[in-house]
Amino acid sequence: MSGILTGSFLHGPFLWYATRAAGLITLTALTASVILGILNAGRFASARWPRFLVQGMHRNLSLIALVFLVLHVGTTVIDTYTSISLSAAFVPFLSSYKRFWLGLGAIACDVMLALLATSLLRQRIGHRLWRVVHWVGYLCWPVAVVHGLGAGTDHATRWVLALTLACVAMVLAAIGYRAVQLIPSRRVAR
Amino acid sequence: MVNYRLRVNPIMCQAHGLCAELLPEFIALDPWGYPIIPDEPVPEDLKSLARKAVAACPTLALLGDKAREPRA
Amino acid sequence: MTALAEMPGREHERHRAERLPRLLAGVAPGQPADLRHHERTYGTLDLPTAAWNGDRAAARRAAARLIDAVDRAGLTGRGGAGFPAARKLRSVAESGRAAVVVANGAEGEPASRKDKLLLSRVPHLVLDGITLAAFAVGATEAYLAVHGGNGKLMANLAGAIHAREVAGVDPVPIELVGIDDEYVASEQTAIVQYVNGGPGLPTFTPPRTHERGVDGRPTAVSNAETLAHLAMIGRYGSAWFRETGLRDEPGTTLVTVSGAIKRPGVYEIELGTPIGELLTLAGGPAERPQAVLVGGYFGTWLSAETAWPVPFARSSLRASGAAMGAGILVVLPDSRCGIAETARVVRYLADSGAGQCGPCVFGLPALANVLEDLAFHGGRGDAAERVASLIPLIEGRGACRHPDGATQLAASAFRALRHDVHWHDVNGPCFAAAEPPLLPIPGSAGSW
Repeated sequence: MSGILTGSFLHGPFLWYATRAAGLITLTALTASVILGILNAGRFASARWPRFLVQGMHRNLSLIALVFLVLHVGTTVIDTYTSISLSAAFVPFLSSYKRFWLGLGAIACDVMLALLATSLLRQRIGHRLWRVVHWVGYLCWPVAVVHGLGAGTDHATRWVLALTLACVAMVLAAIGYRAVQLIPSRRVAR
Repeated sequence: MVNYRLRVNPIMCQAHGLCAELLPEFIALDPWGYPIIPDEPVPEDLKSLARKAVAACPTLALLGDKAREPRA
Repeated sequence: MTALAEMPGREHERHRAERLPRLLAGVAPGQPADLRHHERTYGTLDLPTAAWNGDRAAARRAAARLIDAVDRAGLTGRGGAGFPAARKLRSVAESGRAAVVVANGAEGEPASRKDKLLLSRVPHLVLDGITLAAFAVGATEAYLAVHGGNGKLMANLAGAIHAREVAGVDPVPIELVGIDDEYVASEQTAIVQYVNGGPGLPTFTPPRTHERGVDGRPTAVSNAETLAHLAMIGRYGSAWFRETGLRDEPGTTLVTVSGAIKRPGVYEIELGTPIGELLTLAGGPAERPQAVLVGGYFGTWLSAETAWPVPFARSSLRASGAAMGAGILVVLPDSRCGIAETARVVRYLADSGAGQCGPCVFGLPALANVLEDLAFHGGRGDAAERVASLIPLIEGRGACRHPDGATQLAASAFRALRHDVHWHDVNGPCFAAAEPPLLPIPGSAGSW
């Protein structure tokens, strides 16, 4: 009985659904985190959203993204339908299955881990090193988006495509907001 | 008794103001947005908030020092 | 070996006969500044080079004896802070790590010329001091920082250092460093950061330079004049040093006297000499004096009558509400406006900050605005209150003492020039405010 269950667990579509769901949630959380990060860099604050809240939510959403990333990677690796090794999750372009698109995923994963490590150890490593890694960290989101479009099997599905486009649109809007802020004539005297 | 004191590195400080948001009972902002840190130990009940403020500073300009000082 | 220990009876009779000049004994018109003239004037400096190169334990003992002599002599820093020299040397020496000596000959203060005088006319005295300091702290590197823009001084110093290399006088080679002409570039931590390859801007302390300075090593940064005094103590001992000056503030000091004075220049006086006597030495006031600026742009105003009898020494000046700073006196005559002078200096200080710390970047211009308003536009009747509310927002909130110098100067103007402040409040700018600046403002028409 248990053998049938585990069998269907490992061979059936459950893991496939799980990995796609986890991947989409990761993307959504990561998108929200990036937007809040951009807003924080632009010193955004409102009556309901003091700076520490913008910063705190950015951090929390990053951690949520990380949790679902672990689920996403875990379910992918366990799934025996496609033999993707654990190393392929971290070493780019190692898997033979969809080598390029999964390779991008590994890159995004590595960057996220670097962001995690430096952010947790921020007070120990100092501001400058943290900042450099965080700048590199900007790579994480666009690489993840492209990974999702290429490696994912759902891009034909309309709502998945809509979700991805919505994420991109919102990040572009945030970037636009920040770019306008940086125009010299509009800069607040500091 | 272990005292926890706050000080700011004025070169790193860019007047983000998170410290004053988190610890308004202790930190005030001057007219230009820079924190005014009293030269006294952080009150016991504000210590954990103070540590949060130190961790939250975007440029790590806020510094917290523990010092074992004799009771007055 | 023996020159560094306590040596009563060492021949210095010709100095005993007339107590001054001491530092400036080698300065005379037409006298060369070379090594031979230097040794003829001051005698040779016998360093225990054998101990330095061979027996490290003996060298350390001799170094400790030297620091003890400096301690007994009571030498304090002549760069403005007045920190006990022995204490600084000892803390660097006792760090147990290879140390560094940096001589600060930059003299960024516009109203001061004493270090330039020493470095151009008796450079070997300062260089001797560097060598002695390096010996005292066990330094393996030594630097002399001066303004790089002064090509002639740089060339002369390079020549002097080279002559010493040839004569084999300095166990630790002295490296000449040319720094920027900016006011803050001559600050202690700024020089250290510059030597470390960074910008010539002040850094956050702690760690202080004597804990972590050049290359992260304990670094003794001393003013050029302090090192010159060290070179004299190394030759003649602490008892000799204490023959002049006061019991609690022994020795001589160099003072740059300028303003409405008949013979402006650098004078060597015993500490404790009354200001009036010093000004008389400089020929006396050129016009009726109104006030005296003590300590330069980071200093304090005293009204002329208050200043005249005050002994020029740290404690007596402090008791009168002034600060000695680096020996500087500027005489303000009746025909000039102290408020206008102060406003110009504070504006200069505001413009010449490092731009690193918010309270200084914003506070000093705000302070300058109030002063300029009062000096040139009649003010709004509340200048004193506005300055009083600004000062605590500025003082002590920068990484270095630059803003503190400005607030101290401004506060002293409101104390010592109280009547002028009131007059301006009521009547607007006085005629004297339109006069050209007495205090030189670098970069503008009124420079030296």
